Amino acid sequence: MSFYFVQFVTGLASASSLFLVASGLSIIFGVTRVVNFAHGAFYMLGAYIGYTLIDRLGAGVGFWPAIGLSAFAVAAIGTLIEMLLLRRIYDAPELFQLLATFAVALVVEDLALLIWGPSDLLGPRAPGFKGAIDLLGQPFPTYDLLLIALAPLVLALIWLIFRRTTWGVLVRAATQDREMVAALGVNQKWLFTSVFALGVFLAGLGGALELPRQAANHTMDLQVITEALVVVVIGGLGSVPGTFLAAIIVSELNAFGILVFPKISIVLVFLVMAIVLIVRPWGLLGRAEAAARTASGAIISRWRPFGAPGRIAAALAVAFAALLPIAAGNYFVGVATEVLIFMLYAASLHFLLAGGGLASFGHAAYFGLGSYGAAIALKSFGLGMETAIVAGIVLGLVGALVFGWFCVRLSGVYFAMLTLAFAQIAWSIAYQWTDVTGGDNGIIGVWPSAWAASPARFYWLTLALSAGSIALLRAITFSPFGYALRALRDSTLRAETIGIERRRVQWMGFVIAGGFAALAGALYAFLKGSVFPDNISISLSIDGLVMVLLGGVGTVSGGVVGAAIYRSLSIWVISHTDYSRLVLGALIIVLVVMFPKGLVGAFEAWRSARTGARLQGQSP
Amino acid sequence: MRTFSTVISSVFLAVLFATAGPAVADDTIKIGEINSYSAIPSFTEPYRKGWQLALDEINAAGGVDGKKLEVISKDDGGKPADAVTAANELVASDGVQMLAGTFFSNIGLAVSDYAKQKKIFFLAAEPLTDAITLSKGNRYTFRLRPGTYEQAAMLADEAAKLPAKKWATIAPNYEYGQSAVAAFKKLLSAKRPDIQWVGEQWPPQGKIDAGAVAEAIAKTEPDAIFNVTFGGDLVKLVREGETRGLFKDRAVVSVLAGEPEYLDPLKDETPVGWIVTGYPWNAVTIPDHAAFLKAYQAKYNDYPRLGSVVGYAMLKSAAAILAKAKSTDSEKLVEAAEGIRVDTPFGPITFRAIDHQSTLGAFVGKTALKDGKGVMVDVTYHDGAAYLPSDADVKAQRPQN
Amino acid sequence: MSILVVEELGKTYSGFQAVRNVSFALEAGEMLALIGPNGAGKSTCFNMIDGQLAPTTGRIAIFGKSTAGMTPGDIWRLGVGRTFQVAATFASMTVAENVQMALISHHAARWLTLRWAARRHVAEAEHLLDLVGMADQGQRSCGELAYGDLKRLELAIALANDPKLLLMDEPAAGMAPRERHAVMDLTARIARQRGIGVLFTEHDMDVVFGHADRVLVLNRGTLIAEGAPHAVRANAEVQAVYLGAGSLYRTHT
Repeated sequence: MSFYFVQFVTGLASASSLFLVASGLSIIFGVTRVVNFAHGAFYMLGAYIGYTLIDRLGAGVGFWPAIGLSAFAVAAIGTLIEMLLLRRIYDAPELFQLLATFAVALVVEDLALLIWGPSDLLGPRAPGFKGAIDLLGQPFPTYDLLLIALAPLVLALIWLIFRRTTWGVLVRAATQDREMVAALGVNQKWLFTSVFALGVFLAGLGGALELPRQAANHTMDLQVITEALVVVVIGGLGSVPGTFLAAIIVSELNAFGILVFPKISIVLVFLVMAIVLIVRPWGLLGRAEAAARTASGAIISRWRPFGAPGRIAAALAVAFAALLPIAAGNYFVGVATEVLIFMLYAASLHFLLAGGGLASFGHAAYFGLGSYGAAIALKSFGLGMETAIVAGIVLGLVGALVFGWFCVRLSGVYFAMLTLAFAQIAWSIAYQWTDVTGGDNGIIGVWPSAWAASPARFYWLTLALSAGSIALLRAITFSPFGYALRALRDSTLRAETIGIERRRVQWMGFVIAGGFAALAGALYAFLKGSVFPDNISISLSIDGLVMVLLGGVGTVSGGVVGAAIYRSLSIWVISHTDYSRLVLGALIIVLVVMFPKGLVGAFEAWRSARTGARLQGQSP
Repeated sequence: MRTFSTVISSVFLAVLFATAGPAVADDTIKIGEINSYSAIPSFTEPYRKGWQLALDEINAAGGVDGKKLEVISKDDGGKPADAVTAANELVASDGVQMLAGTFFSNIGLAVSDYAKQKKIFFLAAEPLTDAITLSKGNRYTFRLRPGTYEQAAMLADEAAKLPAKKWATIAPNYEYGQSAVAAFKKLLSAKRPDIQWVGEQWPPQGKIDAGAVAEAIAKTEPDAIFNVTFGGDLVKLVREGETRGLFKDRAVVSVLAGEPEYLDPLKDETPVGWIVTGYPWNAVTIPDHAAFLKAYQAKYNDYPRLGSVVGYAMLKSAAAILAKAKSTDSEKLVEAAEGIRVDTPFGPITFRAIDHQSTLGAFVGKTALKDGKGVMVDVTYHDGAAYLPSDADVKAQRPQN
Repeated sequence: MSILVVEELGKTYSGFQAVRNVSFALEAGEMLALIGPNGAGKSTCFNMIDGQLAPTTGRIAIFGKSTAGMTPGDIWRLGVGRTFQVAATFASMTVAENVQMALISHHAARWLTLRWAARRHVAEAEHLLDLVGMADQGQRSCGELAYGDLKRLELAIALANDPKLLLMDEPAAGMAPRERHAVMDLTARIARQRGIGVLFTEHDMDVVFGHADRVLVLNRGTLIAEGAPHAVRANAEVQAVYLGAGSLYRTHT
């Protein structure tokens, strides 16, 4: 019996540690609607800065001041980033801020490496909390008890701040109705800045408080960010008590789950999230989301198919691309093939995200299923490349049919997080089912048939399939079905009232996007000659979002351009610099600030402004 | 539209210039090197220093066969797909004659399969998976470091001498952890049929919930624990385990934990008396090592990690193979490499012809605390040759073609 | 036969009775106004009739069919048009495309993937736009329309399925007074021509009394009066309610 009690309390300690970092994310998310991908980076900075400060101030008396100071230091950095970067793009389309925080996370990762070096840094244990006490006959770390006490304290403080101070009341009002608060003359900018600062402060504090438990290291940010995000969503957006509850549920399920299934940890949080969202679409303590803010700020531009000049230009571009292998070497042809595959992947996500207003955070699932379908068909069933690619598409379609059926029951961020959960579940299956997928060692020897084996021929094959698919996706966008999908995006209310079945149409859109992503994944498998769980990873899903956002969500197929630029850049940067994340992150930040509508969006705005000016010039 | 076409054509022209075939200079030999520099810098930074030292030495001594050796190094970001892109750039664009490097098992396998497909010589430096020389082995791939099976076998030898009968395992939940546990269990059970396996935990790599794992293992009341976690997970496990009394009166056998990369961060909290594989850089008595240590410390004003030795031995092996082949033709390189003898800081090693695995060994010893730092004591060097699978085993597992 | 029959309709939100025991009927070609002060339950009634909310009690029958369990889309397919208090249109489409979208759905073509949507039902869309007086604005982007034109566009969309019942939530809200009457005249004319029954809510009493054939008055979720405009205007209880709210005779919102 005492074991189960100790295990329960151990779970509580993990929950507290998780809550401390997730609470800040929840606050930022709830108020500003920014999915702060840099939250993990701030958490990591908290640990590193804490380590340095303890080193300077001394491990004895200096310990606690150092923890507090590092949280403030991180908050200061966060405030600066909010003021210099995020403030400029609050009016940009939803999710665009995600791109900016993603870039910040990249930059911080490399800066931490430059400042603190590559080795893990183990700080001292907390003075006064170094040992263990006797808990029903078992030794239990006193520091864990401190954490268990700290988490409810932080929860209570947050509650008090939001319920009992004018600032808190204003923030809550701003969460409900931004325009109203602005109309009351409250400076919303500073409101958001202070909320961001508070959230980042908690991230820094959470990181610094980890020092007595683990060494400061370079993977801390990635360890924590998805888990924190998942906990926030399970709890219900904007509900800090919900986050607290979710942290406890997840940690306790893990603490007891590993007794029965020692391998469960890898997928547990995502399973829990999927189940919670299916049963309670707004998380445990969350409420129905207010209508998406499509109208505020973002001016929706009119979509139209290419006219004759556009079609000629596209045909010329494809013809031109087809000439590439004549001029370029094998390496460049290989890179170009990869870029084409990612253009197709981005186009498929763009179709869903821009064309349907459905932000999938787990689009890599279908890319990866396409890869695995093709690789397994080739290696385990001995099918040829052509059939294997079809098998990949089929597997992707099946995956999208099953996962999509659940996902389209939700909307907004909850939809996004459920797609993420399914992607992670697919990932963990690929990772664990060694007999079929080869586990993390993957499937190798996935090379094209002889007729397509040379880099140039595989390039042409990819060009034909990608260009054809992208054209098809555009055609679907402007077909009656594409209109129905977009109608739901523009006004769900109106669309449903004219007999467009939201779930069925969005489900079908989801499946179409999944099918094309699977084709991209199958081609990718044959380009690389191998398939790994990486092909389903969160980072690939995020890459997809980055490409689409970079191109511009307000455009018909800006994602294609975003993909071409982002993928080429990242291949080039990783090949030519030692600090690829720093360079890439900095570049994205510059692009985000310069082109808040995305690159294609900015180009279109520029062109229509020019046309407008010319028209005015003609009729004075 | 006119501007659009102009842009496209200028891009195209730029591409043409940028990709104009690599100028092949006859007086240099190029080695393409790929590793996870940004993903696991704690290991790959010392590794880079190691091969850079070897490169300096080789070129100072006149290069290989009178030609200067050049290493073009690429980061793979920890992703197999990016490693293949890098390999392709090195081979197709930079015109390297040989590929080398990699850390993660899956990246090693991806590059090795690329090498097989493109018929390029590949010297895998670090990946531990046994598949790279056995089930997924191929003609063009050679591996330097002792694999998972060997390390587990060295430890199983020591573990068999312990009185412990009830064992539990903690390993990261991926191929490396799984293979290490499987090999260790098989070998130890073979030597000691009286042993019982009472518990196992499989935390996700990099995300161990150390307190819960420690309690779950303690509940099974083992006499001894076999640990495969390393890096940040190991630190967490040690702290939680020490505080919660998990390691009290229990023997612990831990793979890799004696490597400075993983031992040093533990500082004065290094657990005492664990049986580990590793690299006690200041206690090695092999003569070749003294020269290496001196040169390394002189160049970097720092002590070598295991990665440094691997990087150094990797490039020395590459140079030896190139010198013996007197050619950069892949087939000649393979023929030269099979059975070649190379001098390394751990003494002479041989690349076996049958499975392309080197006989590089590892040190086994016990952890101890000295001046507030973790060290290895009672160290013995275990030559890899003694732990490699038999010819019959290799033939059964490795594709023969 | 009445085209819309509402019987003992009620809606309760977590203990609060927003609408109780409301019964009325609507005939073909009739303009029926549903009025009442803010919070009287007008929108709740509307949302139950068009399928967005499920009633707690009571029955709704449209063209003799019970709408229990039907979605807004199902009800639309019965031949019901709907406009909203805040115009709901598709901002990334042109005016004509908005109407075409509705026509595509009406003609069950919304699952087609390899045809151009913009080429479907062009003439029909033009005709509907002409009907609401927007024939020359078909190619304009929906995002750049004046609010009054958006309301007209909504009417065109609502007419796309050739409805026999129109549900209009504050059709004249947010318009200049002259425009209000123009829109309501237009609606009334189309309704009479086509034999459409119109149920509408409105704050502007000029509009109500100028265009309704019959008026229903809701207060605190209950129907307190029903009848011809002049009779309702004279009703003492209605006057009390509106004098209390002070808005019966206001002309502008």
